[in-house]
Amino acid sequence: MSFTAEELAVMDTIIARYPKSRSAIMPLLHYVQSIDGYVTPRGIETISTKLNLAAAEVTAVSTFYTQYKSEPVGEYHVGICINTLCAVMGGDAIYESVCDRLEIKKDQTTPDGKISLERIECNAACDYAPVVMVNWEFYDNQTPASVNELIDGVRAGNPPAPTRGPRALRTWKENSAVLAGLSDGLAEEGVQAGPATLLGLNIAKAQGSK
Amino acid sequence: MSILNPVLSAHWDEADSFTIAGYRRHDGYQALAKALQATPDEVIAQVKESGLRGRGGAGFPTGNKWSFIPQGDNKAHYLVVNADESEPGTCKDTPLLMANPHSLIEGIIIGSYAIRANHSFIYLRGEVVHVFRRVQKAIDDAYAAGFLGKNILGSGFDLELTLHAGAGAYICGEETALLDSLEGFRGQPRLRPPFPAIAGLYAMPTVVNNVESIASVPSIINHGVDWFQAMGTEKSKGYTLYSLSGHVTNPGQFEAPLGITLRQILQLAGGVRAGHELKFWTPGGSSTPMFTAEHLDVPLDYEGVAAAGSMLGTKALQIFDETTCVVRAVLRWVEFYKHESCGKCTPCREGTWWLVQIMKDLEAGKGGETDLEKLLDLCDNIAGRSFCALADGAVAPIISSLKYFRAEYLLHQTSGGCPFDPVASTLFETAGA
Repeated sequence: MSFTAEELAVMDTIIARYPKSRSAIMPLLHYVQSIDGYVTPRGIETISTKLNLAAAEVTAVSTFYTQYKSEPVGEYHVGICINTLCAVMGGDAIYESVCDRLEIKKDQTTPDGKISLERIECNAACDYAPVVMVNWEFYDNQTPASVNELIDGVRAGNPPAPTRGPRALRTWKENSAVLAGLSDGLAEEGVQAGPATLLGLNIAKAQGSK
Repeated sequence: MSILNPVLSAHWDEADSFTIAGYRRHDGYQALAKALQATPDEVIAQVKESGLRGRGGAGFPTGNKWSFIPQGDNKAHYLVVNADESEPGTCKDTPLLMANPHSLIEGIIIGSYAIRANHSFIYLRGEVVHVFRRVQKAIDDAYAAGFLGKNILGSGFDLELTLHAGAGAYICGEETALLDSLEGFRGQPRLRPPFPAIAGLYAMPTVVNNVESIASVPSIINHGVDWFQAMGTEKSKGYTLYSLSGHVTNPGQFEAPLGITLRQILQLAGGVRAGHELKFWTPGGSSTPMFTAEHLDVPLDYEGVAAAGSMLGTKALQIFDETTCVVRAVLRWVEFYKHESCGKCTPCREGTWWLVQIMKDLEAGKGGETDLEKLLDLCDNIAGRSFCALADGAVAPIISSLKYFRAEYLLHQTSGGCPFDPVASTLFETAGA
């Protein structure tokens, strides 16, 4: 089944952002994931046609990057940071605990298709370690207990809001559309900064900065 | 008077700091108006004279990079911002873009004007969706306000700005891999020369700058070269963001003149977490050789850190206390570099694989002196033998940890495994992990 005329038109607007069409391959792959949930054969086929490339060239790109999935992931994709700093401060323990809770391991999805699990590398939030991401939204300063609550909330259909993100957690597909450059209008939701971000500024103000 | 000096972060505590209204309330886009009244060459000269150096790791003078772009060549020029922040420990550009993306956008417009680029790009790592929303909204608002698009502020200067999401590849933080990725290929580093200034994006003259470097430009235009030069040290001018993380009482961002020491920052942060002491730390991310407590007074500027045997890098100060097993920490970093090796160069692709095998044996207590020698020999054959510095980053924590903690590596063998309790180093040891 092919994409709708409307979806194909969106692809054209994505291609039009770039001086050379091939540059659109990454946002187009994010866009395919926003519709199909992962990089499907029809997605590869359509992108290769649009960009006048061989399907193998598109596949070569999509398999290079870890955010592009060759199989369906959950509606909520949970990433536990297991790079050194987060791992040492609790990420390893959180990962073990989540595996037990979900009864799955890394790169697997729960049978109901709701939650998938990934061991992720450093996500640029080390001052909020241990960090967990869901659909690439920040959950800062996590513990095994707080992640259990997060998972239970996802299962019950009312996940807690990201620590620094929109007021309500969006799905994997919805956030993939944002990464393709399609606005969801939520940029102004959520805090401008967490406490660690403001630590130095607050100290400087208290001391009377230059 | 505080030793800190918030400039980029000065208004991050205002709830609307990320909006165009919040930015304009504090002279936002005033520097752009000033810059457009000068000639492009004058803008380059000013940034050059300020002494601003790249904040993404290498510390190359930003103004010099701009001046390498050939002029009058009738070619398209590009400014590409490297927002692919992913070096372990590094967490400065992400909060900056969350709290004030407009400082970057104003810097991009000024930089593009200076190097005569009419289309610029922000390559943002893909795993930070809310940052993408903030930056995209800021770009949209800058267009609406006439700061982007055709004939900006009536100057005759046109600029298009495109935000591009990466998709989870650390290597794309390397500037030539980033350009390949932006062109729609697998992100693999290119052989240099030619450098991007001659043949960058689409083989056209291109400047690739880090987020913080570009976001610093408006402040220089606004306050002048003398103001900027009054901060920092002889060869490391200005202010910068230091990111403190790990086993400290209060982790977070500290904006200060270059040359502050870890001892000074730790004092402000309430020290190492209660009841513990500093064991080892990185000055600028995992690829910068580690330091110990003997380096607490090293001035954190480009020269000071280099003289002490490491690199300022991204100023990612990761603090580990005595509960942390250095072998476990280093193994995890090496596993990261193995995972992120793009596979182009054999010494990196195969070498990082072997490093992980030996490190795993050492951690499991199955390795001794001869393995340490083999490990160092491998490091010697890996470093400096690839197109980019990824593999150099992989060997840095190994070599530096062996310098300070050789006995701890061997203790794993005599103990028959890791002698550390991993629970003790977590933040929730009493919460029942």
